[in-house]
Amino acid sequence: MPAQSSIPNNKLPITKKIAMFWSLTKPSQSGLLLATGLAGYMSARCPVFNISTILGLSISLFLSIAGSTLLNMWWDRDIDAKMGRTQKRVTSKGLVSDKEVLMVGVFISVIGIGWALAIDWLYGIVVFAGWFFDVVVYSMWLKRRTCWSIVWGGISGAMPILAGRVLGLGSIDWIGLMLALGVLLWIPTHTLTFSMKFQKDYADAGVPTFPSTYGLDVTRFTIAFSSVLAAAAMVAAGVGIGMDWGFLRLLGVLSAGLLMLAAAMTFKPTERVNFGLFKYASVYMLAAMILVVLEVI
Amino acid sequence: MKLSSLDRTLLLLTVLLASYQVSAGIDGFGTLPIIAYTIAFGVILVAALLIFILGMEVLDSPIVVIVSTIIPLSLSAGLVWQHLASYRILYLVFAIIGFLVVTVTRSIQMQNKLPVIVIAITHGIAGMTIFLLPILIAIQGQVKPLYSLVGVGGALIGVGGLLLSFLKTGKPILSRETILKLFPILLLLTTAFFVAGFKFG
Repeated sequence: MPAQSSIPNNKLPITKKIAMFWSLTKPSQSGLLLATGLAGYMSARCPVFNISTILGLSISLFLSIAGSTLLNMWWDRDIDAKMGRTQKRVTSKGLVSDKEVLMVGVFISVIGIGWALAIDWLYGIVVFAGWFFDVVVYSMWLKRRTCWSIVWGGISGAMPILAGRVLGLGSIDWIGLMLALGVLLWIPTHTLTFSMKFQKDYADAGVPTFPSTYGLDVTRFTIAFSSVLAAAAMVAAGVGIGMDWGFLRLLGVLSAGLLMLAAAMTFKPTERVNFGLFKYASVYMLAAMILVVLEVI
Repeated sequence: MKLSSLDRTLLLLTVLLASYQVSAGIDGFGTLPIIAYTIAFGVILVAALLIFILGMEVLDSPIVVIVSTIIPLSLSAGLVWQHLASYRILYLVFAIIGFLVVTVTRSIQMQNKLPVIVIAITHGIAGMTIFLLPILIAIQGQVKPLYSLVGVGGALIGVGGLLLSFLKTGKPILSRETILKLFPILLLLTTAFFVAGFKFG
């Protein structure tokens, strides 16, 4: 049963309400996904400083991502209330009504995907695919049934970078797929680390995870293996983009750091190494995106 | 020991400088120096990043001694390959064997002083090469005077290595807190002198 706020939610000031909905969009995660979309767009070496296209891409993609995140929050509000990590969310605490979250989520999803389709139909389809995999396949269908749901969540997370490249290029090519694969393989580093750290939370909520299904050793190996493959995919994409040798060297060095941590995670696992890989993988992905952008600029 | 904002800033600057050096600072060199410098600055980059993420406790890991050997060995191998043509192969063999012996003696439990002797010889030769070679060739006019900054970087990394080594042996020159406090600035200055020396020398 969600805790009730002392102020009825329809009496809250509008600014407070906007702040609450903003927190529900997971701004950091949505921002990072938007950054991958922009990097994907720039990787196509199209005229990257076309302000109207950049704005259209940014707004449509952000609204679609934020919309899908809000709908996830709405769908998962019951399990969020049972998990310590998510109990403080405004949906869990009952600070915003379920109906409001659903309506705002649907509204901004429609605006975002509609805008994306209006900009370019293929770009719009890829954006819609990301939204569909996230909301329908991952959250509604698979999350409570199988620990393999994270693959579909990963595919959804990989769509923004593919969408960006599709918008810049006008078609789907192997480099776009490789960039998407890099993000897809990077996502388990995040989700599986979380599922290890908050194993009890997920068990309380009845959500199957890799650690609860296959054990910690298999989960650690999966994280390490997917990190290695993510690095390989990003380097392959970098070569495909025609990245400068200097940037490739830098990407190689960063990849070597990732491989080293992955090896440590497999052979000498500790909480610290686990956390280190989790953080390093984020820095790695951000650096890879920056290199893609710098290459074009 | 918790990192302060200043520590984080210094480490971030080190990461950026090392990134610059790997990506743009060694263009135009021969294949082997490029590989050697990429390894050296790559290790500095990843080390600074890991300290930034995980804190100074990273330095307590036994692997630090092995990894920290890579920096002077690869840097000195690059310098020798570029400036002492007649010693190229000999020094390369020394660098590879030195690294392997350090790795083996640090991986196996040994009661004698062999691991310390190996570290002293390897670091000593590599450190003196990085410190003296750039300064000597700058004095001889083979390179621009500012190339000697690479030697200053070599001296600084030598100081850092000494402080850490004595700390590891249980006979620290300075207290652990002081050494860890000095480490980020020492790492940044070392990297900055290396980068400046290669850029302007």
